[in-house]
Amino acid sequence: MADQADFAELAMPYMSALYSAALRMTRNPADAEDLVQETYLRAYRGFGGFREGTNLKAWLYKILTNTYINMYRARKRRPEQVELDDGEDFYLFRRLGGLEAVEASRSAESEILDKIPEAVVKEAVEALPDTFRMAVLLADVEGFSYKEIADIMDVPIGTVMSRLHRGRKRLQKRLWSLAEERGLVSGAPTGVAGQ
Amino acid sequence: MDCDDAIHKIYGFLDGELTAWRRREILRHLDECPPCAQGYDFEMELRQVIAMKCRDEVPPQLKRRIAEALGYTSPEA
Repeated sequence: MADQADFAELAMPYMSALYSAALRMTRNPADAEDLVQETYLRAYRGFGGFREGTNLKAWLYKILTNTYINMYRARKRRPEQVELDDGEDFYLFRRLGGLEAVEASRSAESEILDKIPEAVVKEAVEALPDTFRMAVLLADVEGFSYKEIADIMDVPIGTVMSRLHRGRKRLQKRLWSLAEERGLVSGAPTGVAGQ
Repeated sequence: MDCDDAIHKIYGFLDGELTAWRRREILRHLDECPPCAQGYDFEMELRQVIAMKCRDEVPPQLKRRIAEALGYTSPEA
């Protein structure tokens, strides 16, 4: 049984991570602030039920996720972007000329990665459909395990894996098209003809 | 292990969800296959870039709002 007096000390350090996730989910600062505040209020009220020694960060993310679903998802159904397919494996790497061009300088692709502006990465993540976006955020940004994500999203591990797989491919596709639009990469993909 | 296999298992590998035995198998393949090794490196870096660039500063007013809502005095106050 956790003591409410310890709540601030234990839970406050996660605010920055929770706020970043909330921003990606709601896609707007005012809603993100409300979501994080509501998450902390619910967590504080429920803290007595939190078992000490278990994963507090995962517990907070579960509350954040449920709160988001309750507060926002039902309310404003944004039409999801329709995409015909998820793209192949190594989508971005192939487009940047990797795999087919081993002789090319090893760091060429990495350099492009570094140059992708923060706003573009955020936009690409935020363009993902809800369920994919949450899975990708929890795994790639927060580093949760499949098991933890399954608990947080309340779905089987197999579902987590397939959402991650599809979400990551779509994310790469979106990153590529945003990078192209902004002239960060030059138009014609290298070495992927007929793929 | 061949390239298709290695590519198929990349997320399990990067997510730390494979057994030690599978990891070793993949590492052995990557040692012998520069294109796959580069692909793995790229995916790993991409993930780091995404994680790094998806961070936002908490607005000070939010810290205050939460501290007040919970009945604490904000450390910044």
